[in-house]
Amino acid sequence: MPPSRLSPARSVVLSVVFIAAIIAGAAAAFAYTAGAFSPKRLTPNRMVDAFRSPSGVPLGHRRNHAKGICFTGVFEANGAGSEVSKAEVFPRGRYPALGRFNLGTPDPNAPDATVRVRGMGLQISTPDGQEWRTAMIDPPVFPVSTPQAFYELLLASSSKDPDAMKTFASAHPEIAGFGEWAKSAPWTSSYAQDRFNGLNAFIFVDNSGAEHAVRWSLLPAAQVVPVSQEELAKRGPDFLEQEIADRVRSGPARWTMVVTIANPGDPTADPSKAWPADRRTIKVGTLIVQQIEAERDGPCRDTNFDPTVLPTGIQTSDDPFPAARSSAYAKSYDRRTAEASDYPRSATVAKP
Amino acid sequence: MIESHRRFTPLQRLLHWLIAVCVLMMLFIGVGMVSTVKPKYLPLVTIHKSLGITILVLALIRLAVRLRYGAPPLPADMPEPMKLAAYLSHYALYVLMIGMPLIGWAMLSAAAYPIVLVGGLRLPPILPQSDRLHALLWDAHFFLAFAFFALILMHVAAALFHALVRRDGVFETMASVSTREEVAPAE
Repeated sequence: MPPSRLSPARSVVLSVVFIAAIIAGAAAAFAYTAGAFSPKRLTPNRMVDAFRSPSGVPLGHRRNHAKGICFTGVFEANGAGSEVSKAEVFPRGRYPALGRFNLGTPDPNAPDATVRVRGMGLQISTPDGQEWRTAMIDPPVFPVSTPQAFYELLLASSSKDPDAMKTFASAHPEIAGFGEWAKSAPWTSSYAQDRFNGLNAFIFVDNSGAEHAVRWSLLPAAQVVPVSQEELAKRGPDFLEQEIADRVRSGPARWTMVVTIANPGDPTADPSKAWPADRRTIKVGTLIVQQIEAERDGPCRDTNFDPTVLPTGIQTSDDPFPAARSSAYAKSYDRRTAEASDYPRSATVAKP
Repeated sequence: MIESHRRFTPLQRLLHWLIAVCVLMMLFIGVGMVSTVKPKYLPLVTIHKSLGITILVLALIRLAVRLRYGAPPLPADMPEPMKLAAYLSHYALYVLMIGMPLIGWAMLSAAAYPIVLVGGLRLPPILPQSDRLHALLWDAHFFLAFAFFALILMHVAAALFHALVRRDGVFETMASVSTREEVAPAE
């Protein structure tokens, strides 16, 4: 190549144009990666925005399962879980537990009798400082198969179009299982009588390195006494919180943790599909709830029950929900911790 | 004239380019992971944390090497405002290379998230749990990330400006891949 015959001035102009193109290209690639050109991409922001509380954005509160109460206690492992997972929560022993009973609503002021789905967030700590966090709900199946469908469900359920839910249900027939439960399952007057199901499939890794697809549930020790929703509606708006606080004051509440092992071929990627009832289950221990504290000043307030916080020996599976929940929970956490002054602790309520 | 410029030492050049690749990956993974709910979110977050600690370690080594070996002088004919911009932007780059991983680590600590890296390696928290600190550090991590990317674009633009327009040898002090430690010939 002969040396450039461009005049120095033209060569400078061309160089500057070249540099500008490089910089613009890099900036565009960055904006693209951040989703700036993808208005339809389901982002944690969009997912969290889709939770609409009738009383407005619940500043300082979780964006879903916004109403709740903290508990502390212990997880008493019986040792049986060690057969399928080497996680340090399963050897026989007692492990500190922290959790939160909650209602599946974006409204922190919803009356208890108006909310169909109840939940439990739980964190069990291992002796070596690891944590197992899980957030469970009381239906036996999740309403939908994918995070995208869940987002569409949120949009449909808050839509002004009277046919939005019908349209959604015809596109997502898997919601029938959840709908059946919502219609027919008995209501209870106590969190202590509720069964909480993890629904998402995870992988347990045992000491030999073998992997087992599992789901887990907490089965209440208290006897289930069905109560009609009409009966519950006559009680105070916070009867569940008062009831569990009174109950635990006079003695601990207990749940048995049961792990269900999938057979090969059972659907692990779809929490709307229950596994057949004959699958092997292992009782791995007992959750003992010993103390109830209001959320405002309680230890669960700033805990994100991110279901992907797992000890060695438990891993995520091909179920797409734990990742989606992790990303959305983090967004909810980021927002509410930035709004802490809108939900002041009682110790900091003092007048300025 | 060009030959009278000393280059950065081979170790400095190696560290510069290693960190350049890591930081660019880091920034792209960062904005990518916080804008998706897909399963790739989880590995991206793990890589982000692991790369962050890698950058922190590399940047501390680089700072020590820089303090030991210094940097080639800027061309004497460079206008003073350009020299000032060069000094300030390099201070800022060092502050961000070391500060951003620390802010991220502190942010996760303030949220009481376990900090688990690639391979299951766990880091201890460096702050107690605090909603206010978490919010403050989150804002810092978010806005400084964009400032960092903007600064890198300026840095690249300036480097190319030196290479293509001024042709003053500044680009070659870092860009050369040769490990030969040539001494400036007396011309």
